[in-house]
Formats: sequence, structure tokens, C-alpha cells
Amino acid sequence: MDPTRKRKLRLVLALSVAVLLAGALIYTSFAGATEASTPSQLKASAESGRSYELTGKVVDGSVKREGDGLRFAIRDRNGTESLPVDYQGVVPDPFREGREVIVSGRLERGTFVAERDSLVTKCPSKFTKEENS
Amino acid sequence: MLAAIVLAVLVALVVLRPLVESGPGREVVEDARRAELEAAKEAKYREIRDAELDRGMGKLSAEDHRTTDRELREEAIEILRELDALEGRSPGG
Amino acid sequence: MAFAGTACLLVGIFTALYAAVSSVVGARTGRRELVVSGRRAMYCLAALLIAATAILQSAFLRSDFSFKLVADGSSTDTPTFYKVTAMWATQDGSLLLWALLLSVFSSAVLFLTRRSLRDIAPWATAVLGTVGAFFVLLMLGWENPFTTLAVAPQEGAGLNPLLRHPAMMIHPPMLYTGYVGFAIPFAFAIGALITRHTGADWIRATRRFALIAWTFLGTGILLGALWSYTELGWGGYWAWDPVENASLMPWLTGTAFLHSIMVQEKRGMLKVWNVSLIIATFVLALMGTFLVRSGILESIHAFGASTIGAQFLTFIVVVIVGSTALVISRLPYLRSESRLDSLLSREAFFLLNNLVLVLLCVFVFWGTFFPLISEAITGTEASVGPPWFNAVTTPLALVLVLLAGIGPALAWRRITPSGLRRAFRVPAAVTSLALVALVALTNAEDSVLALAMFCLTAFVLAVVGQEMVRGTAARRVITGDSWPRAAAGLLARNRRRYGGFIAHAGIAVLFLGVAGSSAFLQQRDLRLSPGDTFRAGGYELTYERATARLGGDGAGTGAPIAFGAVLTARKGSESFTLHPSRNFYPTRDASKGSIGRYFEGEATSEVDVRWGLKRDLWTAVRPDISQLEGPIQEANRKFADSSGDVQAVVIAAIAERYRTDPPPAAFRSIVSPLVSWIWIGGGIILLGALIAAWPTPEARVRRVRSLYRARVGRELSGA
Repeated sequence: MDPTRKRKLRLVLALSVAVLLAGALIYTSFAGATEASTPSQLKASAESGRSYELTGKVVDGSVKREGDGLRFAIRDRNGTESLPVDYQGVVPDPFREGREVIVSGRLERGTFVAERDSLVTKCPSKFTKEENS
Repeated sequence: MLAAIVLAVLVALVVLRPLVESGPGREVVEDARRAELEAAKEAKYREIRDAELDRGMGKLSAEDHRTTDRELREEAIEILRELDALEGRSPGG
Repeated sequence: MAFAGTACLLVGIFTALYAAVSSVVGARTGRRELVVSGRRAMYCLAALLIAATAILQSAFLRSDFSFKLVADGSSTDTPTFYKVTAMWATQDGSLLLWALLLSVFSSAVLFLTRRSLRDIAPWATAVLGTVGAFFVLLMLGWENPFTTLAVAPQEGAGLNPLLRHPAMMIHPPMLYTGYVGFAIPFAFAIGALITRHTGADWIRATRRFALIAWTFLGTGILLGALWSYTELGWGGYWAWDPVENASLMPWLTGTAFLHSIMVQEKRGMLKVWNVSLIIATFVLALMGTFLVRSGILESIHAFGASTIGAQFLTFIVVVIVGSTALVISRLPYLRSESRLDSLLSREAFFLLNNLVLVLLCVFVFWGTFFPLISEAITGTEASVGPPWFNAVTTPLALVLVLLAGIGPALAWRRITPSGLRRAFRVPAAVTSLALVALVALTNAEDSVLALAMFCLTAFVLAVVGQEMVRGTAARRVITGDSWPRAAAGLLARNRRRYGGFIAHAGIAVLFLGVAGSSAFLQQRDLRLSPGDTFRAGGYELTYERATARLGGDGAGTGAPIAFGAVLTARKGSESFTLHPSRNFYPTRDASKGSIGRYFEGEATSEVDVRWGLKRDLWTAVRPDISQLEGPIQEANRKFADSSGDVQAVVIAAIAERYRTDPPPAAFRSIVSPLVSWIWIGGGIILLGALIAAWPTPEARVRRVRSLYRARVGRELSGA
């Protein structure tokens, strides 16, 4: 095989591999992703049984410890729509009423049942003053 | 405000000194072309030594080493030739 | 005093701009005095920013609450150690830190190269001055660290307890040094492109700068992982969080660059690839700095919407567009000088290594920015988590470690099939032996991926060991030295090569730790009362008793109250105790009650880890203080106006109640096999990098001689 043909062959091979890899990347990421939602979005249009990533603020006064688990309510960052959350697992240190959290799970009969250990609390903003000082 | 003015003056003093002091290139600076050739020469010498080490370790067969060594030394000679051409030119300007 | 700080910034921005302009004009007109002036301006910028930092730090140390930053982030009861770190816990302060590091390192590099790289250095000065000016502009325009409060409060808010960890002192500065460090090879690359001088001396200088930046960045990343493991995240050292990924990506492209630049040095190939890599690394470093401050990605680190996200994004776009245009315009000067002689050569494997590293970077990038990508494509924001990241990166990691073993065994330009056999005979045997031993003696085969990684680690270590032994033997033939002397001589004369091999060994060890601790992790969550026992990692653990400590915070974080547990672990004749606890910091919120505020503020878990080479035993506790609510409320009513001493006694009494009659507490124990090898591997990489970066004395002697020769030539021809 003369060199030019060899080079073209290599190029085609490389491009095919690249396309395959890109395809795999795109497919696996879209298939494995969890959709992020706010309480109001979930209330409006949640598919039951589907996994979502719920983001919002913990409603003041809603935190109750029940045995091993935690019950609290999440509301929209800039709104009042809220959802009750049933959570089991570790509670991160910064978790507090009024803080922004992210938790993964499913909506079942009006309550958001969370995946174990999926609660993430955002570090209280170190770039703005503490709210209660 | 006073602080800003004081600082600006200090900075200006440091920064503008070279402009004020006249005199042709008091700074000794390497000629860029020579520096590049010197660096290339050193790199080439290192490659020759590496190849020798590889031969000693048995990574390169005697024949492979001969080929590689020859190629490298030829490239080194090219660099030295260019360096000499520079030297030959500089005293006269 | 604060005005002096702002004055430093104000004069600083003009100094930085002057540095840029003067250097460019000097380079284009050939007037060296302007170039020197520009360089001095960079020194002045460094001095100004050092002064500004000193002013800010002194405000923190004096607890001067007229400074808004000090009032927000520190307090009189914050320990001194953390008062110092509080500066970079804030947006404004960390911008100042970034600018400070940039100006200081730029000054150092420009000083060291003041007699060399004559054509390129002025342009590098201009780039660095412009970047510095940008950061100072951000501070002056939007986030001034020297903002003052009209009325200085009596007490500050205190440093967030989550940040009160010794790593806070080193992790951000180390990480920033890594990011800033890559600005320097970037600046010199731009200069080389503009002057069309991508030659050997540029390569030599750039490689050293890149190696130093890479070392700092890598150390910063590992320190962050260590911090995460011992404090945050309840036991994980890597969560594929966007901010973690943002620091990893420039490290990946930086690693690729360190390898491919060697190919350019030896064969004159990959010129376009190399400049593109270093530009991409710097852009990724900027993105890393930007992600934390933008609010565009949900992250445990992302601090919500910020005021400077748009400016950063604009700057990044300008850098990308400008650099790309420059590279395209210089394409004729970046042609390859030769082709690959053979696919069985180190060059070919370096190309492969680059491919794997860049692919890793692309995958991590894709996953990190997926929320934005999915929103753009499908309209809904979705994210991918650790399972996806682990799935796509693990195969590449395995290939990377394999390549790390193959590379050192090869030679440049070409190697014959018989040479290959000779190179891999012993390592292949060692690897097979390791495989057999692992399957027979351990349960490693439970995880195929981990087993593969363990074998590859054995392979890499075997190759590196073989290289060092054979190299020493070859040297002995020539010099006749004893084994130790020959080995030392080999290392000294071939620092780059053997430093690199040691770093490869470090990487293999690091991945050994990663594989062991991810595949064989055992985690248990339990609720225990004193006297309960459980098994973990072959140990029998007993919750002996609860503890309550007031004041005297051993870790020096200034926590007044800590509730914890004492656990004893026994295995055979071995026994030790673990003391996990939870620190409680008071809140300034008066609505919680004068007693209650000590229990309702921030709380941090203080884990206790039993380190070990074979496994770590990590424990954390979350005491249940809900039953103390009653007494606390009562105390709030009764002792609201009592003196501090009385309140202290009351708090002690309440704490004692927990200690003597604790309700069941939530415990988590994690057994991580081999995790310590991650940190050990990191140390080995650091050692390798130091050896590789150490300047050789001969090079210095040669440079000085050539300088004198130049001077003689000039003096003969000139005045």
C-alpha cells in the first residue's frame, strides 16, 4: 500500500473511532443523567417512578428527625411552592433550615422519597454575609 | 489619596530609571539566535548520551545504536556549523 | 489604612498596564530600555500587591472590623491560624491572592530570564501584565477587599467552621499557585508564537515552568482530596464535583504537555499540538478559578450567583479567540520537521499517552458541563453523577497506567522486536506472578477492574525497577563505581529521565490506592447506645461511652462545645481507641436564645481515622441532642440575662446531661483498603517531579560562558 493510501486509511480509522467514542459518550450521559428540578416544576410535571434531582431551600421549621431518617420540606429558591421530603442517610454538616440543598429521588404520592445519602447541602455562601449576624 | 500619589511616584522612579539612563545596551543579553542554537546543541548532546545509555542497557541493538548515533551526530554537526557561522560574523558586525 | 490598600490596587492596575505597553513597544522598536522598564513595572506590581496583602492580613490579625472582609469572615475568637487563612476564604481576598501569586511568580521568572529569551520575554511580560491587570480590575471594579464599613461592628461573624482545617492554610494557595503557574508557560508560548521562535531554548524554559506549575497543581488537588477525606463529604476523597473536576482538567492537559513537548524537542514534531495544549491548559486553569465564582453549576462549592461571572467568561473568550487566531496565523512556522520513524518507539507511545489524557479531559469536561449542555440541547437541565464519571474514566485510567509502564521501557526513535522482548520479559513475568498471587491469596478477583489495576501497578513498578537496575549496571561498566554510587550518579546525570520514571511509579501506586479503596470499600451506618458493638474491617468495635468537652479544642478550631464518642477497636491482640466527635460553634443569631445559640450554630463532624497501610478505619458520629431541647429552652428563659460565668456553668450542666445519659447516636464507619497508598503515591510523584525539575549544574556553567562570549563579541564590535 502506498503511503498516501495508508495515511488515508489511518485517518478514516481514527475518525471512525472518534465518532464511536463521541456516540458512546453522548448516549451514556443522556441515558444516565438525572434531571434537575425545583419543587414547583416537579409538582407541575413529574413522571412517577423517574429519578429527579430536587433543588431548593429547606423550609424553616420543617425539619423533623424520625428515627434514622429525616423529614423536611424543600421550597423554590424564590417562591413558596414546597414539597415534603422523606430522607434516609447521612446529613451533611452544613444542613440547616433556610439553606440550599440538592437531593436525588422520586416523587411518590406527593412526597419526594430521597435516595439514600444523596443529600447535598451547599456550603453557606462564603461570599456573602451570614444571614443572621 | 496621598497614599496613591506617593506610591505612584515610587513606582515611576523605579520604572522610568532605565529610560533616563542613556547608554547603549548596558545590559548583557544573549543573542537570541545563539541562545537557541546553544540550547539545541545541549539537547542534541543529551540525546546522544541517552542513546549510549540505552545501548549499555541493551534496549538498542548495536546496529540500531549505530544508526541512531549517526543521525544524532549529523544533526549535532549541523547545529555546530550554524553556531560557527554566527561566531564568524559577529566580531566584524 | 484600608485606603492605602485600595491605593495599592489603583496604582497597581496602571503599573500592570504600563508593563504590558512598555514591553510591547520596546519589543517592536528594539529599544531595550523600554523592555527593562516594563520588567521593572512587573516587579513594582508584585511589591504593591505584597503591600496590599500585608495591609489586609494585618487587619485580620488585629481584628479590625472596619474592614468589611474582616467583619464578615473573622472574629476575635477565631484562632490566629485561621485568621490568616480567612483572607482567601472570601471572593475578594482570593482574587487578591491570585493576583499576588501571579505578580510574584511573574517577577521571579522574568528576573531569572532577564538575560535570555530576549525576543520572547517582552511579549510574555505583556501577557502576564494584562492578566494581572484583569484581576486587579475585578477587585477595583466589583470586589474590593478593602471595602470599609461606616460603622465597625464590635464582633465579626467568624470564619465558617467548615473551613477550619489545617488544609485550609495550604490547599487554596497551593491550588492557586498551580493555576497561576500555568500562566507563565502560556505567556511564553504566546511570546514564542508572536516572534515565531518556538525553538529549543523556548522549549527548555517552558518545560521547566510547566513542570513546576504541574507539581503545585497536583499537590493542591491531592491536598483537597485529603481534606475531603478527613473532614467534608463524610468519607470520600473524590466526588466528581464540578470544582474538583475543574482543577483536574488543566492537570490532565498539563501532563499531556509535559510529554508531548519532549517529542517536539527531540523530533521537531507536534508544534501546533503543543502550543494548543498549553493554551488549553491555561484556559482550563482560568475556568477552574471561574467556576467557583460563577454560580453556573450546582456544586457543593458553588456559592450561588456571583458578581464577576460575566467578566470572567468574557476574559476567557477573549483569551481563546485571540490565542486561536494567533496559532492559525503562525501555522506556516509550526510545521513538523520529521515524521514518526516507527510505531514501536517512545514517540508513538507519547502520542498515545496524549490521546488518552486529552480524552480523559474531554470526558470530564463533558460530564462537568453536562447540565448546561443538556439544557441547551433538550431544554431540561440534567446532571450526571459519580457512577457515570467512574464508568467512563476507569477504562482510560487503566490504559494510562499501562502506558506509564510501557513508555520507560522503550527507546527514542526505534526499538527492534528483540529489544522489545528483552525490555518486557521480566516485567511480564512479575505481572503474571502478581496476578497469580493476588487471585490465590486475596479476594481481589471479586473486582475485575481492581485486579487489573493491581497487576498494572506491579507492571509499572517492575519496569521502573528494571530500568533503574539496568541503568545503574550500564553506568558501572563505564565508571566502575559501587552500586550505590553508580545509582546516585545515574540519577544525577539523567534527572529528567529518572525523575520521570519515579513519577510514573508514583502514579501507579496512587492508582493502586484508588482501585483498592473504591472497589473494596465497606461502609456501615448504625445507631448505637453505649455498650453496643459491631464488626467492621475485621475489627470488633465497641461504643464505650459518650463524651462532652467544653473549650480546650485540641484541633485549635475554637469550638466551645464538642459531643463525641469513644470507641474501642479490637482484633486479636491489637486494640486501639477512636474518638469521633461533633464540634458545635455558637451562632450570633439572638433568636435562638442566649444558651441555645451555643447548640444551634454551625456544627462540624470531627472524624477519627485509624491510618494503616493495608486499610484505613474511618469513623464519624452524629450525637443526638434533641433530648437536650427541653433543658436548653428552660435555660434560655431562666438565664437569659445572667453573666457569662453563670451561663458557662449552665452549659456545662447541660453538656454533662448528654455525657451521662446519651440517647442512641448515629455512627458511620468506613473501611477503605489501601487508601493510604494514594497519599504515598502522591509523595512519590512529588519526589520524581523535584528530581526532574532540579537544574543541572553543567547547564548553568555553559550558559554563563556563552554570556561572556556574547559580551566579548559585543564589546569588540560595539563601543
